[in-house]
Amino acid sequence: MNLLIQNGRLIDPANGVDKVVDVLIKNGVVASIGEGLESDSVETIDATGLVVAPGFIDLHTHLREPGQEHKETIQSGTRAAVRGGFTAVCAMANTLPPNDERAVTEMIIAESIRNGECRVYPIGAVSKGLQGEALAELAELRGAGCVAVSDDGRPVYNAQLMRRALEYSRMLGIPVVAHEEDLDLTEGGVMHEGYYSTLLGLKGIPAASEETMVARDVLLAATTGGQLHIAHLSTIGAIEAVRHGRKSGIRVTCEVTPHHLALTDEAVQSYSTSFKMNPPLRSEKHRRALLDAIADGTVDAIATDHAPHHFDEKNVEFDLAPFGIIGLETAFAVSYEILVVSGVIELPRLIELFTSGPAKAFSLPGGSLRKGSPGDVTIVDPEGFTVPGDYASKATNSPFTGGRFRGRIAGTVVGGFVKYLDEESMSSSRKSSEKPKTPKRARKQKG
Amino acid sequence: MRTGTTGLRSKDLLGIEPLSAQEIELILDTAEGFKEVSERPIKKVPALRGQLVINLFMEASTRTRVSFEIAEKRLSADTLNFSASGSAVEKGETLIDTAENLMAMRPDMIVIRHKHPGSPKILADRLSASVINAGDGAHEHPTQALLDAFTIRERLGRLSGVNVSIVGDIAHSRVVRSNIHLLTKMGANVTLAGPPTLMPAEIEKMGVRVVHSLDEALEGAEVVMMLRIQLERQGKLSLPSLREYYNTFGLTPERLRRAREGALVMHPGPMNRGVEIASDVADGPWSLILDQVTNGVAVRMAVLYLLAGGHLTES
Repeated sequence: MNLLIQNGRLIDPANGVDKVVDVLIKNGVVASIGEGLESDSVETIDATGLVVAPGFIDLHTHLREPGQEHKETIQSGTRAAVRGGFTAVCAMANTLPPNDERAVTEMIIAESIRNGECRVYPIGAVSKGLQGEALAELAELRGAGCVAVSDDGRPVYNAQLMRRALEYSRMLGIPVVAHEEDLDLTEGGVMHEGYYSTLLGLKGIPAASEETMVARDVLLAATTGGQLHIAHLSTIGAIEAVRHGRKSGIRVTCEVTPHHLALTDEAVQSYSTSFKMNPPLRSEKHRRALLDAIADGTVDAIATDHAPHHFDEKNVEFDLAPFGIIGLETAFAVSYEILVVSGVIELPRLIELFTSGPAKAFSLPGGSLRKGSPGDVTIVDPEGFTVPGDYASKATNSPFTGGRFRGRIAGTVVGGFVKYLDEESMSSSRKSSEKPKTPKRARKQKG
Repeated sequence: MRTGTTGLRSKDLLGIEPLSAQEIELILDTAEGFKEVSERPIKKVPALRGQLVINLFMEASTRTRVSFEIAEKRLSADTLNFSASGSAVEKGETLIDTAENLMAMRPDMIVIRHKHPGSPKILADRLSASVINAGDGAHEHPTQALLDAFTIRERLGRLSGVNVSIVGDIAHSRVVRSNIHLLTKMGANVTLAGPPTLMPAEIEKMGVRVVHSLDEALEGAEVVMMLRIQLERQGKLSLPSLREYYNTFGLTPERLRRAREGALVMHPGPMNRGVEIASDVADGPWSLILDQVTNGVAVRMAVLYLLAGGHLTES
C-alpha cells in the first residue's frame, strides 16, 4: 500500500528540513522525499498549505488498560492519540495490575496491535507492584518491549532503589522516567502552594516537593551513569537542576506538559476539578521559566500526561477528585497557541518537541522523515482552529474544553495508513492554495 | 430587585471575597435592626414565613449551627437539620447527589458547613436555592467575619482605620481569610501573627502585615483576635509543644498591656484555654467573646433575610 502526501511544507527538524515537497510512503516506510513525485496506484493526500511533520510521539500517556477500562482503553486512548496527531504513545505502567511483568507488557502490545490506532510503546514499572520497594524484572520488561521504566503516579521514594534502577537500566539501554515528588512535603496537598492555595484554603504542594527530588535524582544519575528522564517538569528549581546536570554531562532529559505551559494556579479559583493534576498548575513565574526552558533547549519533549478519569470520579469536591487531565487531543493546538502564536519559539522547534525530541529521549524509531524512516506522518493546519469539546477519549476531564486554539491536526498517518483525516482542514487548504491542482482530492484512491 | 445598596447581588453567600463594601455595610446595617428583635419578649418576626431552610452540616459545629437555627426560627422559617452522620453520606452518597435530593424537596435556602473548600460553590452552581457558606475547610466562614465586624463596629463605631491583629493558627483558619477580606475591604489595618509554620504561603498578598512576634502584633492594636490552634488539623511538625506555643503566642493579661488602652479581645471559638488564650483574658473585661455569639444571631438573620430578597427599608 502506497501513500503520497503532496505539496506540503515538510518540517523535519532532525534533518534540518523545511521546504515544500512530496512524501511517498511505500510498505509502511518512507520511500522517497522530493519534488513532483509520481507513483502508480497510490492514495494521495493534497497537503497544499499544510505542514507535514514526522509523526508526533507522546512520552507520557495513561491508557488505563488493563484494569481501568471505564476511564480509557487502548482502543479509545489511541483513537484520541491519532486525533491529536500522535502516531506513537508511551503507555505508563500504573495500570491494574501494573505493568511490572512481561505478561502485562505482552497484553498491552497485543491489544494495541489488535485494536490500537497508533503505535503503543509500553513503559514498565521500576518497582514490583509500583510499591517502591524492590526492582521489577526490568530485563524481562525490556525484552517484552518496554522502552523505559517508571513508577509514574508516584515517586521512587527510596533513594537506594532509584540508584539501583538507574544502574540496572543503564545495562538495558533504557531510561528511568521519574515522577518527582517528595511525599512528605506534599502531605495531602491538592494544588500548588502559593497565594491561590492560601486564598482558596486548599492544601498546597510546594515547588520544593518536586525540586528536591529532581536534584536528588540528577545527582544519582551522575553517580550511576544511568539515563534519567524527568516527567512533567513544572518548577524553576527543577529546570535549574536539569540545566546543571546537562552542563555537567549527566544523562538527563525532561518533558513538559502543555497545561503547565498554558495555565497557572490562578485557574483553580473555579474549584473545577479539571484543573487538578499532579504536579499541580504552578504560579506564573514558574510558567514563565518553563517557556524559557522550552526556548533555550533545556526541554527535550512536550508530553501530555494524558490522564483520563471517569466523569463521576471528577464530579466531586476538589479535595476528593483524582489528579489528572486528558491531553492527547489538545496538546498540539494548546502548545502552538502558547508557544508559536505568542512568539516564544518558531514552528520547527515546536515540531522538534513533538517528534525528534521525544524519539531521542527514549531512543524510539521515528521522529524524523527520511528514506527508510517509519511511515508515520502528522499533517498540521497552522491556520485552522481547535475547539476542544468533542473528544475521542472516553474521558472529558480537560481544562481546555470550550477554549479556542490556533492550530489544527489535519491528518495522522501511521505506518502508511491514514488513521485520521480532518476533511475541514483539507478542503480549506485547497481553497487557500495558490495553484489548485484540479484533479487531486484529499484521500483519493487513484487507479 | 437585588441591586444598589438595598439588596445583595448574588443569590448566595459563598464568602466575603465576592462582596462589595456596600453589601457588607448593608448586611451590618440590617443586622442592627434584627439585634433589637432578640431583645423583645416575643423574639420572632414573620419575614421568612413559609420558607424552608436546610442546615446541611457535614462537619462538627455547635455554635454556628445553633446560631443559624435560632436566626432561622426568629425569622419564622421552617428549618431542617441534616448532618453527615446517620445519613446516606455514610453510605457513600456524593455531596452533589445529596444536594440534588434535598433540592427535590424544594428548600429555599441551604446553609452548608463542609470540611472541603469550595463545597458551597458546588451546590450554588447547581441548585436554584440560596446557598450560605457556614464554613468550608480553610477557605471562608463569611458569617463569622460579618459578626466580628458587627461587634467591632458596635464598640468602636467604625471599621475604617481600626488596627486589628489576628494571632494564631492562620494556616488552617477559614475565619481569618474571611476576616482579612472583610476588614481590608472596609479599610481596617490587619496584622497577622503566628509562627511561620502556621502562616500560609504569600498571605501578605492579601493586603496584610505579617509578624512573628506577639508583642509586635499587639503594639498599637485596638482589636486582638485570637485563633484556636486547630489541633485536629495539625501535622506533627508545625509546633514543638503547646506549652511552647502558649509561652510564645498565648495572650495573657500582662502581654495584653502592650496593646492600645482598652483594646478589645475577640475569639471565634471554640477556645483552647491555656493554649492560645489565658482564662483571665477570655473572661476579663476586655473580652467580647460572648458579644460575638449574641451578635452572630442578628447577623445571620440579616443574611437570611437579605438573601430571601428582603430590603433594608422594609425591616
